[in-house]
Amino acid sequence: MSATSLLAIVLILSLIGYLWGRASAASLKSTGQGMHSIPAYHGYFIALSCGIPAFLLVLVWLAAQSTVIDTLLIAGLPAHITDGVETSRMSLILSEIKSIAGGRIFGTPDPALIAAAERYNALRGTASLAMVVAALAVAIAAMSFARSRVSPEFRARNRVDGILRWILIVCSILAILTTLGIILSLVIESMAFFSRVSVFDFLFGMEWSPQIAMRADQVGSSGAFGAVPVFWGTIFISAIAMFVALPVGLFSAIYLVEYADKRVRSFVKPLLEILAGIPTIVYGFFAILTVAPFIRDLGTSMGLSVASNSALAAGGVMGIMLIPFISSFADDAISAVPQSMRDGAYALGATKAETVRQVLLPAALPGIVGGVLLAVSRAIGETMIVVMAAGLMAKLTANPLEGVTTVTVQIVTLLIGDTEFDSPKTLAAFGLGLVLFITTLALNIVALQVVKRYRERYE
Amino acid sequence: MASFETTMEAGTAMNETVKDAAASAAAVMPVGHETKISATKVSVFYGEKQALFDVSIDIPARQVMAFIGPSGCGKSTFLRCINRMNDTIDICRVTGTIAIDGADIYDPKIDPVLLRARVGMVFQKPNPFPKSIYDNIAYGPRIHGVAKAGSQMDEIVETSLRRAGLWNEVKDRLREPGTGLSGGQQQRLCIARAIAVNPDVILMDEPCSALDPIATAKVEELIDELRERYTIVIVTHSMQQAARVSQKAAFFHLGNLIEVDETERMFTNPRDQRTQDYITGRFG
Repeated sequence: MSATSLLAIVLILSLIGYLWGRASAASLKSTGQGMHSIPAYHGYFIALSCGIPAFLLVLVWLAAQSTVIDTLLIAGLPAHITDGVETSRMSLILSEIKSIAGGRIFGTPDPALIAAAERYNALRGTASLAMVVAALAVAIAAMSFARSRVSPEFRARNRVDGILRWILIVCSILAILTTLGIILSLVIESMAFFSRVSVFDFLFGMEWSPQIAMRADQVGSSGAFGAVPVFWGTIFISAIAMFVALPVGLFSAIYLVEYADKRVRSFVKPLLEILAGIPTIVYGFFAILTVAPFIRDLGTSMGLSVASNSALAAGGVMGIMLIPFISSFADDAISAVPQSMRDGAYALGATKAETVRQVLLPAALPGIVGGVLLAVSRAIGETMIVVMAAGLMAKLTANPLEGVTTVTVQIVTLLIGDTEFDSPKTLAAFGLGLVLFITTLALNIVALQVVKRYRERYE
Repeated sequence: MASFETTMEAGTAMNETVKDAAASAAAVMPVGHETKISATKVSVFYGEKQALFDVSIDIPARQVMAFIGPSGCGKSTFLRCINRMNDTIDICRVTGTIAIDGADIYDPKIDPVLLRARVGMVFQKPNPFPKSIYDNIAYGPRIHGVAKAGSQMDEIVETSLRRAGLWNEVKDRLREPGTGLSGGQQQRLCIARAIAVNPDVILMDEPCSALDPIATAKVEELIDELRERYTIVIVTHSMQQAARVSQKAAFFHLGNLIEVDETERMFTNPRDQRTQDYITGRFG
């Protein structure tokens, strides 16, 4: 029986437990006893006490099963196979046994391995049967124990609340643990990289050329890991993006909050939010098929040489992507300035523009700054647009018409294609990823602090 | 007396009048007899709903006029007509005429922005800008180009704060945020802010309703002093306050102006039954 059908059975048992508990509590109640909890809670209590232990048991069992079986298999192998074999070779032997067990036999395997494969199948059969028996036993035992507690005094409602609280706690811990795991894997791989390339060379080196020569005569493959040009590319493209997004987003927010009447606002605001819903890869198409050729043609007609992957095209389109982001943050911040501030300014004879510039914007500034910082951190982490529209060459240039590359683009290209995970080339991706992560994390923390301080102000 | 329109045109010269406006004006005019504001058949509509019905009233110069009446009676709505603050509400429509010094403020030639520099307003809740005390006062003179930064502005700030009776309390912390003051100080700061643009009229919309009794007493004392220089219209829910600070009172009920009279006479001998019911506390 598969784990899925087993879990389905446990679910059905829980349902039965619920109905049973509710029915017994209801019959107790009908005898006229004052129940602490309504019957449904007795039902929930039995369902949860029946389902959760069985579910956890199945999870743990599945997690542990393969390790236990592998250990048993290795222990049972004859000495001429296991003697002096290192771990990596042992895992090859194990996978050979498993493929034999699955009926995929190549060549003529050692008879000892065939025997082991049979044993493997037997072990698996036993294990899965044992799991079913154990899970059902736990479920039924827990159900009858929980049923025995149904009584007028039993505080089923409080117990169910307590169990639910634990479920919530476990879920939030899971999310945190996953994050920690991601950070840890990033850090560990980065450590491997920094053991080959010094941190100093990486952070301050001026030349980026991650290809390592496979042949001695190969050109342009020195394997230099100075990331400054890559960082510069990210900063440059993000700056261009903010240059587009900040004024357009801010001004549209001011228009929507202070000038537009209700009908215009109810029409324009959703339109603007559609921009936020466009997948970034579609922005990438737009950048590479529409904006980049347009900029190139325009530049050529003015006698400028424009790279087909210009920083301007990638940054400009990224800026368009960020407009709704900034606009909605600025919108919230300006709307949150109390009406009394506007009244105060108007009553002194301020015009609308003066009120916006001298009273509303300063009062809304912390919120706007928070939104801008979050937008910057998105620009830095944005991948798809730059992969499609920015260049691959790491170049230290301040000319927006030339192509630059970004951290995210480099990570993608380093990890695409034939990769071995112990060469500095692929490990460099983790080094870049770590820097990116630290930067955006710092920006987010600062931004959230700023936004928080601002929120406390008017509440 | 300088006409309303000329004072508006003399915008840039306003600073010179800050100090001696009151003195010269007082010399020309006997205290509080001629009409400063004259409203004729003013009606206000919020969308389809009429909030004010044909209000006609004369408000005398250099006196305190109190608008009293139960909540929702239109007294604040009418107050906000006098400096055209209702213009900032989209669905609000005003008919009839309101003349200040004989000039209709709803004339299309009148710029409401300049009008509001001549008719200051103080709100129910103190609303200092999140700027320094100094910048709060300097805001109005700055946007109207009355004075640049420097000693001229310092003088306006000091004069305004002195007139609002706040100078001694804040003179050592002019650069601190105005929002850090106590509620009563904030309200007096807002009055000083209104005075700084040298208005003729100051409108006050329940200026003491968010203040404690001690702060209220200070603001009331201030209102009494300000009446030497400014025409003051105050909306209040407190009958005692109306009796303490105002010379004339107007009673509003359900969007209608019921009765206008000397405050003392209205409170001792109201002509309308509804006024009597309200001031004796039978409703409202």
